Parts: sequence; structure tokens; C-alpha cells
Amino acid sequence: MTDPLIIAGTKLNSRLFVGSAGYPNQQVLLDSLEASGAEIVTASIRRISLEGYAESLIDLLGSRYRILPNTSGCVTARDAILTAELAREALETDWVKLELIGDRETLYPDVEQLVRAADELVRKGFIVLPYCNEDPVACQKLADVGCAAVMPLGSLIGSGMGIANPAAIELICSKSPVPVVLDAGIGTASDAAYAMELGCDAVMVNTAIAKSHDPRSMAAAMRAAVEAGRLARLAGRIPKRSFAEPSSPQLGLVGS
Amino acid sequence: MTRLRINGVEAEVAVTTIAELLAERGIDPKARFLAVAVNGAVVRRAEWPEAVLSSGDAVEIVRPLQGG
Repeated sequence: MTDPLIIAGTKLNSRLFVGSAGYPNQQVLLDSLEASGAEIVTASIRRISLEGYAESLIDLLGSRYRILPNTSGCVTARDAILTAELAREALETDWVKLELIGDRETLYPDVEQLVRAADELVRKGFIVLPYCNEDPVACQKLADVGCAAVMPLGSLIGSGMGIANPAAIELICSKSPVPVVLDAGIGTASDAAYAMELGCDAVMVNTAIAKSHDPRSMAAAMRAAVEAGRLARLAGRIPKRSFAEPSSPQLGLVGS
Repeated sequence: MTRLRINGVEAEVAVTTIAELLAERGIDPKARFLAVAVNGAVVRRAEWPEAVLSSGDAVEIVRPLQGG
């Protein structure tokens, strides 16, 4: 079945975005990315060490994957915009995963600055995918200023708490004029499947793969979960009911 | 000597252009995935050989790293 995800006119065959941070070593990262089937891999933009330039792992990934730079760690619109511009120059991509953190403890987005920075980046020609609150109004505002997708959080970054507010995620998916990529909070494969069943167009995972006991297997599990969840979403779940409905025929029961 | 703030650290360097600064820091200006900003504005790679640095400039030299 071909069921591509289209973001800003770009066709993606995988609905799983994978982060590249926190793996036990480089080989496990490479193997996990391979097992995930992901086409989009996220990266951060950081000052180089002035002790001398060494090849970064991204030098290796850049030819195999579509690298999606983030603005992680930025707390002002100004820094996030400069980081996006540096990323565009370094990676020759207009795509940016816009992160603007409003609280260092919870890593909750600063929605006011996020919308402002997204607006400015869109005007500068960027394809903006903002990490945002699971808030339909915030998501609508981000779409209104021209974001190519929205990336609402399932729960706090790195928490593994899954989808804390499934009703909100479902609502966002039903209203969003742009693709919805669930970002943050995924703990295991069922969380990713659930996100897709709720109507998300894709799922972004990093910590749940990188910090599992076997990242390669978890990457494969996430791939299967996203595919399963997408298929289930398209197939349509049955309505929930509070009483039993026998699935076997009631006629011809033995002994009746 | 030029007094610069390079990636947040004050330094006095005997260079005039961005290309010279990179070379002085042991960074190959032809290395892929590098980007430079001066005083909050990105300077395109093609401009590095001619882009003159002045005392007081804040220079950011970045590259992509692992991230989520």
C-alpha cells in the first residue's frame, strides 16, 4: 500500500521521524535509524569546539537521511531565528523543527514567541515544523502563519509518559489544516500506534528508542507500530459500547 | 590584533577575514555542514574569504550535532 505523507510538497514514505541523540554509540545509532525506516532524522545546531574541528556524525548521516535541524535549547525568538538561519546555511535545507522553550524544567513551549518566530521564519522562506503545546488554538495559529506541519507534544520531552491528553490530540488532528506530527513523550511502541490511531499523520521519537535496552529492536517496533496505527486509523475503529455484543451467531446453539 | 568574541569566548587573533579565522582555529573552511554568523547575521560561505572582522565582533561558528 502506498500511503505517503506530504509535507510542503515533499513526499515521505515513512511516517516515523527519529531523533539522533542519546544512543549508546554511533553504530547503535546507525543500526537503529536503519531499522526505523525513517527518512527524516533530527539534529541540533551547536557551537563547534574551538579545540579543533572533528567530523560530526551528521557528516555521515547527511547523505542517507533528510536531516531536520532543530532549534532546541532556544528560549528567545531571536536566538531561534538565528539558529534556523545557521542551520539553513550549514545543511542547505529550508526545513526547521522550531523549538522555543518557555520553561527549562518542563521544556514546555513558549507559544507566544513560537508563533512570532514561526511567522518570521515562514516569511524568510523556511518550511517550519513547530514543536508546540497540545492546544488546538495554538496549533491553528501556527498553521495560520504558514507552518508546514504542527508537532504537538504527547507529554513532556523525554518523559516516556505517552499521550497525556488523547482527547486534545484527537481534536487537533480533526481540525488541523496541516499535517500533525506527534512529538515528545512517546515511551514505547503502543504510544506511537495510539498517536496514529488518534489521527496523527506521523510520530517523532528519540528517547524511547535511544534509551531502551535494545535501541535497534525498539526502532523496528516503532516502525511497525506507526504502520499498524496508521492502518487501524484508515480502517476505522468500532464504536465503544458499555455492554457485550456476542461475536458468534446466536442461532443453532447446541442444546437449545 | 583583532579582539573578537568567538562562540562566547573573548579572544585576540591576528586575522582579518572569516576564512583566516577558521584556518587559525584549525577548521577547514571547505568542511561540509559549517555555518558562521557575525553579530547575529549569517555570513554565507562564499563570502568568508572577503568578510572582514573588526574588533568587538561576536562570531558564532556552528555545525549540526546529534539532536531530538
